[in-house]
Amino acid sequence: MSMDLTLLSALVIAFGIAMYVLLDGFDLGVGILFLFTREERDRQLLMSSIAPVWDGNETWLVLGGAMLLATFPGAYSLLLPAWYVPLLLFLFALIFRGVAFEFRPQARRKQLWGYSFGLGSLLATVAQGAMLGSFVHGIDVQGGRYAGGPWGWFTPFSAVTAAGLVAGYALLGATWLIYKTEGALQDWCFRVARWLMLVVLAFIGLVSLWTPLTNAEIADRWFGWPNLLYLSPVPLLTAAIAVALWRSISNRRELTPFIYAVALFLLSFFGLAISTWPYAVPRAVTVWDAASSPTTQAFMLVGVGLLLPLVLGYTIHTYRVFRHKADAGLHYH
Amino acid sequence: MELDAVLLSRLQFGFTLAFHILFPTFTIGLAGFLVMMHGAWLATGAEAYLRLYRFWLKLFALGFGMGVVSGIVLAFEFGMNFNGFSAATANVIGPLMGYEVLMAFFLEASFLPIMLFGWGRVGPRLQFFATLMVSLGTMLSAFWILAANSWMQTPSGFELRNGLFHPLDWWAVVFNPSFPYRLAHMLMASLLTGAFLIAGVSAWHLRRRLHTELAARALRLAVVSAAIFAPTQILLGDLHGLNTLRHQPVKVAAMEALWETRANVPFVVFALPDQTNATNRAALEIPRAGSLILTHSWNGRVQGLDAVAPQDRPPVAVVFFGFRVMLAIGFFLLALAWWGLALWWRGRLDAADRYHRICLFATPLGFIAVIAGWVTTESGRQPWVVQGLLRTADAATPLPVGSVASSLTLFLLAYGVLLAAFLVFAYRIARRGPEHEIPEQIRGAPRTVWRLRPQ
Ligand code: HDD
Ligand code: HEM
Ligand code: HEM
Repeated sequence: MSMDLTLLSALVIAFGIAMYVLLDGFDLGVGILFLFTREERDRQLLMSSIAPVWDGNETWLVLGGAMLLATFPGAYSLLLPAWYVPLLLFLFALIFRGVAFEFRPQARRKQLWGYSFGLGSLLATVAQGAMLGSFVHGIDVQGGRYAGGPWGWFTPFSAVTAAGLVAGYALLGATWLIYKTEGALQDWCFRVARWLMLVVLAFIGLVSLWTPLTNAEIADRWFGWPNLLYLSPVPLLTAAIAVALWRSISNRRELTPFIYAVALFLLSFFGLAISTWPYAVPRAVTVWDAASSPTTQAFMLVGVGLLLPLVLGYTIHTYRVFRHKADAGLHYH
Repeated sequence: MELDAVLLSRLQFGFTLAFHILFPTFTIGLAGFLVMMHGAWLATGAEAYLRLYRFWLKLFALGFGMGVVSGIVLAFEFGMNFNGFSAATANVIGPLMGYEVLMAFFLEASFLPIMLFGWGRVGPRLQFFATLMVSLGTMLSAFWILAANSWMQTPSGFELRNGLFHPLDWWAVVFNPSFPYRLAHMLMASLLTGAFLIAGVSAWHLRRRLHTELAARALRLAVVSAAIFAPTQILLGDLHGLNTLRHQPVKVAAMEALWETRANVPFVVFALPDQTNATNRAALEIPRAGSLILTHSWNGRVQGLDAVAPQDRPPVAVVFFGFRVMLAIGFFLLALAWWGLALWWRGRLDAADRYHRICLFATPLGFIAVIAGWVTTESGRQPWVVQGLLRTADAATPLPVGSVASSLTLFLLAYGVLLAAFLVFAYRIARRGPEHEIPEQIRGAPRTVWRLRPQ
């Protein structure tokens, strides 16, 4: 019984993290691309394309944090101190990109809060990518405690995942902007998206080779028999989606590039989940060892079951209300 | 005391939380008034209410943004700086925070954009519904987070196994003994603070002879509300204190700087509590008044700090002064509210220049009282994180001192910059005042059903 609850909790957390990565991913990507725009009008368009949704998107992060505390405290209280430095960088970056939505329209020196928005998005992505890398790579745990020091998260592998995530979020952002913009700005996004896609594929390839080559357990997970058979659709599907994404960009489709970019992300996410399952803290603590008490998980899951459909309902409603092309005049000031 | 990582973590947690709580206070309070203004517009069709609503909405949005970014920090700081606490209490505290996100944060985040950008895109009913939902969201957020905090003050509905808290009865966990009092007191604190924020800005406009007609209307709304909220808050505070006396007598002894258990307790108006010698210096006392307030009898017996060992006592001076600052502000605001009511009664509220000046000065007092109240509550629980069961020293993460010292420095710098920017932008919005013309797209929107009275 308690095992089922733990599995269910893990699924809910995975769902929450996937939602966060996709939704705040395109927000942060728009912020990264913001650094490469010059025209004030374009910059306003970029920000107003996400102004109505960024807060809701970031709430998935808060949900992830709270769910992790409620259902896997063993992971929460181990990972967070281990990531003290990158998490703080991440949080500070989120603060400065978040306040820019309110401050920039008011400010006389728009440049300043523009950097706060763009660099905040970039730094948040870098820190997130580094934590992702450190998670997959594994964390130094001795006697149930983190023993890697303040900089233990920083490895060549985490540097690669950080760079990869920057490209990935920028791709999500560019395809979102294709959907949200018109004219010259949209043309630029089409061009950028094509390049970013190639970079992202290169990173996906690099990480897919690196992890099994340096870790026997992961190699066995993917290449052992019969897993090889069951898992072969993952890389094949990735290749198919890459082709579809390329063609939708060439055909100047407005919505499908975003959908394919999302699919590419989901597949990579799934791939990483396969490599790390069943660990809540890779190679140190399994999800069962990290789980909270069954009573707690049950109470939390009842809430999720009742409330998550409602949350998804009004989230979709908000997206529908603001589904039109971005409007530089979208403000209430 | 040496500057160890535990102390630094506590300083950092207290500082970031005190910073955060300013903005929930601001948004919970203003959201209540936004509902009133929006409702008044729909009900009467008077455009003045719409202009007031849109003006305060701008300030609300500014404060909301600050509340969101500073709150996200807290959700992670638990695990980063207090992993002993999160590991031990996750079974109980975790779901409360999970419910807060699911019930409150998503609600606010989905409906705020409709409040801000929905004009002309959605109908007037949905627009009002959004205002209601955002206000509800801020209160639900307070509900869950205060349930968590109150459980730490007066834990119930659990059992302790191998150093971990296990829930037994969720109803008892959420509705723990201090929760209803704390929730009511905090919500009323926010509304009262919001009332004096509106009063202060409106009084400022009146003094500068700007937007006078609107400002006078807002000042009346604020004064009348404050005249109700202020005495209610004092009553709630009294009930809260009596309840605390039942469940955390040591905290109350610290609030009153009462070192020995005795009858005929005086009320200490002022003193310099001396923790090492367990006595008060320079004390100014009203005989027997303490017994009267705490036991509602002239010679009631009250437990003093001597009931626990010296190392189990909270920092008395902090608790004592925190409590007195809150009390002083509470009674001052009551006087100010009722004075305003009297002025209004005599038809002189709009032109009472001296009153306007004092209101302007009183704008930040609610916020100061909120911080003082929280310092009382939190410091009064020391040296425990979970009253009587988990010590703060065991709750903290064994982090390197350098890490925490750097993060605390960064927080001080970053939050200093943010607060300065917030104040500058809020000042500019307030100075600009309400728009003179309601944009056509809004004025043109049909209000139909909601209007009770023709224009
Ligand atoms: C659910 C948890 C929770 C909530 C809602 C609050 N606190 Fe708290 N507070 C803690 C959980 C906590 C804690 C984890 O228990 C701390 C950290 C160290 C400690 O002793 O208690 C603490 C300490 C702490 C301190 C330092 C006290 C000392 O060490 O002497 C201050 C000044 C505050 N808090 C202030 C606040 C404010 C302004 C709050 C308003 C939002 C607040 N707290 C709500
Ligand atoms: C340790 C304590 C606290 C934690 C961990 C915490 C956490 C958070 C987080 C993560 C957010 C941002 C949510 C979003 O993305 O929208 C937030 C906002 C908010 N919090 Fe807190 N909070 C704490 C204390 C409090 C208290 C005591 C109250 C109320 C009395 C409160 C009321 C609110 C409200 C109303 C918001 C909405 C945003 C805003 O006010 O601007 N919080 N909090
Ligand atoms: C003048 C009458 C007041 C009395 C008798 C009073 C009483 C109290 C008491 C006894 C506590 C501590 C309870 C505990 O920790 O167990 C408290 C906390 C608090 N007070 Fe007051 N208070 C008064 C006025 C105010 C005002 C005017 C405000 C703000 C506008 C305020 C805001 C708070 C806050 C935010 C807390 C911390 C949260 C809580 O524990 O409820 N109080 N108050």
